[in-house]
Amino acid sequence: MIRDHFRILTVDLTSGKGKIVTIEGRDTEAGGSGLAALLFDKYGHLDKPWDVPEQPLIFTIGPLTGYFPLMSKTVCGFKSPYHNQYGESHAGGRSALSLRFADLDGLVITGKAARPSYISIGSRHLEVKDVHYMWGIDLQRSGKMLRKMIGGAGHRSIFRIGPAGENLSAYACITVDTYRHFGRLGGGAVMGSKNLKAIAIQGDGVFQLPEGKEYAELFEEVHKQLTTTDMMDKYHNLGTPVNVAVLNGLKALPIRNLQQTTDPNIKGITGETFADDTLLRNTACAGCPVGCIHIGFVREKFMEPNQYLYRQVSYDHEPIFATGSMLGITNAFSVLGIIDMVEKMGLDVMSAGVALAWATEALEKGLISEKETLVPLKFNDAAGYKEAIQHLGLGSNDFYRLLAQGTMKAAAQYGGEDFACVLGQEMAGYATGEVFFTSQALGFRHSHLDSGGYSYDQKHTTERKVKEAVDFLVKDEQGRVLLTSMVACLFAREVYKDDLLADCLSSLGYTTLADNMQQVAQHIQKLRWRLRLATGFDPAAVKIPKRFTEVTTWKGPIDPKFLKQLKKEYTKRIIELGKEEPKEQ
Amino acid sequence: MKTAKVLTTPRMERCIGCHSCSLACARLVHKKLSWDTAGIRIISSGGLSTGFEAKSCLACNPAPCALACPTGAFSQRKGGGVIFKSKHCIQCGDCAEACPVEAIYLDATSEPFVCIHCGQCVPYCPHDCLEMAEVVVEPSTEKEAEEVAS
Ligand code: SF4
Ligand code: SF4
Ligand code: SF4
Ligand code: SF4
Repeated sequence: MIRDHFRILTVDLTSGKGKIVTIEGRDTEAGGSGLAALLFDKYGHLDKPWDVPEQPLIFTIGPLTGYFPLMSKTVCGFKSPYHNQYGESHAGGRSALSLRFADLDGLVITGKAARPSYISIGSRHLEVKDVHYMWGIDLQRSGKMLRKMIGGAGHRSIFRIGPAGENLSAYACITVDTYRHFGRLGGGAVMGSKNLKAIAIQGDGVFQLPEGKEYAELFEEVHKQLTTTDMMDKYHNLGTPVNVAVLNGLKALPIRNLQQTTDPNIKGITGETFADDTLLRNTACAGCPVGCIHIGFVREKFMEPNQYLYRQVSYDHEPIFATGSMLGITNAFSVLGIIDMVEKMGLDVMSAGVALAWATEALEKGLISEKETLVPLKFNDAAGYKEAIQHLGLGSNDFYRLLAQGTMKAAAQYGGEDFACVLGQEMAGYATGEVFFTSQALGFRHSHLDSGGYSYDQKHTTERKVKEAVDFLVKDEQGRVLLTSMVACLFAREVYKDDLLADCLSSLGYTTLADNMQQVAQHIQKLRWRLRLATGFDPAAVKIPKRFTEVTTWKGPIDPKFLKQLKKEYTKRIIELGKEEPKEQ
Repeated sequence: MKTAKVLTTPRMERCIGCHSCSLACARLVHKKLSWDTAGIRIISSGGLSTGFEAKSCLACNPAPCALACPTGAFSQRKGGGVIFKSKHCIQCGDCAEACPVEAIYLDATSEPFVCIHCGQCVPYCPHDCLEMAEVVVEPSTEKEAEEVAS
């Protein structure tokens, strides 16, 4: 509902009780990323490790959630097991609308349940329930059990973890409504550390809309722009996997642990092939008429003669890169088979794929043996990778347990840091050049979505202007942090330009926010960096492994000097951004 | 021949679960932001993995919900479905119980929400799952038959 403050539910798992808290800050922190940071500032413990029970796990939505199309994402804020610093991860599905209709701007979970439990909330209920029998059960099975237990199909969202989260993997994800994820930075392990198997949010509240024509007309306008222009076509048609062929053509697709950036056999895993051969249907986040989620299928013969089972698996560019090209796999069904196993285990697909790509090369080079990997990992051996994913999720031996803490942590022990494709965390699927590498290595979430470094690389092929590039990263991050404070799907960023956002905010009565959007964006950007630095981030200490400097793209070889200068400049800017803001009188 | 329009859901196998239809009904018909107070509601059939179903009024004629309503707040709509007059409603919920397809949503105060077959949700569906169908209005009483004839 529209209000000038935030209505937050805090749940303490230790006592099993919750509290509704009113927090000021709508005009300064807005919601989403801003609100998550505000709540971490209030409830988080900067100096304590990520897994002490008192650390909060935070979910937030924004002022526009549910009121306009594609305002469909939820921000998750937490101290990350990956780097023990403040981090953020985003997901869609029905999460955002469920929180909106449960009448919450944010949910803060602290404490630790005595036994594995789930939290079930709605606009009129709160329950913490013991589900110890669900611990250890894979995500697909526990999902079915939870849906039966909780009810309300369609108008609720279920967040859950798999074995990876229970085993505290630093890149365990939180799966949302089967096909979406708070993927990166290990939110799943935070749930695991709290003995929290699942969170169910029932969206059963009903709210009045603003009177008068302004809101109604604006909604029509936004809906029209989002559905009738070709802007969204990319996401609805082939979806993000359209990038696979494009990047391969540009020599910018990470292949075989980034030993190559283009492969003549790529056709087997392009967006076109996925659509032609594997696509069953599209689906959407609630409140999004675009429907970018592409669902393919895996079919497995489990017994002779001719006994098959099948499952539906969602795919996107990132999972295809991580479990396909990065592992040398060029068959769409093999890729879906690996993604399916990643889903069962509840791992972040990008980190899992990139970690195994490193392990494959480390095995080739003799740094590790089959004693560690348990399976003879080989590029293009899908069956082996499926098994390895399971070992990674279950933490089958010391090697996999360490690898599940991050590729660089394993490389530090076994060697092979030079070819660990880590940019703050395991790389995303763009080998577009120096600006992207810098942006992911130093970016706030170490996500390809922090700022458009990959598109900057593509637009500025010849120039090597350090200051311009870093200015772009800082400015673009600011624009995006505003969107993720509303909370918009970043695919809608071409439609939700500043003017339109201001109109949307005004139509709901958030006029102060509408008038001060730029200051608010700047403030949130700085607040997030301050928290990141205060929890221990040292941008100057970030290393970009040698492998990234050995890459050749369509622009030619990576320029190590340019890369170094970018890193230095961006480091300087981040430290400035993270400085304490002067208090307003 | 007199006709009426009713909302139908002939192509739900195309549904992507975006909820644009329900949100449009809540917004435009009921002036609310809600998932529930809508004449059409989308549920996932057996988890997300097998697609979506719509809960909406089948435009029964005679309508079991109207027959069950003790106050006449629900009355038969010509061509099928019902007309709802909230001032007569005592929030007993009998209508919702009588509906064979759970098309009526009762809010926290037991106020019923049902499709009025206005068609406003239809253009919001990105996959053309919904359609307004034309039905012939059968004259149900002699008086009506006369009216139609005259
Ligand atoms: S609400 Fe239910 S019972 Fe009433 S007309 Fe519609 S489908 Fe039939
Ligand atoms: S709830 Fe209202 S409309 Fe429904 S049966 Fe009772 S009186 Fe009639
Ligand atoms: S036809 Fe009208 S009343 Fe029925 S669901 Fe659509 S918008 Fe709502
Ligand atoms: S608008 Fe269409 S696609 Fe979206 S939920 Fe409704 S019926 Fe399904």
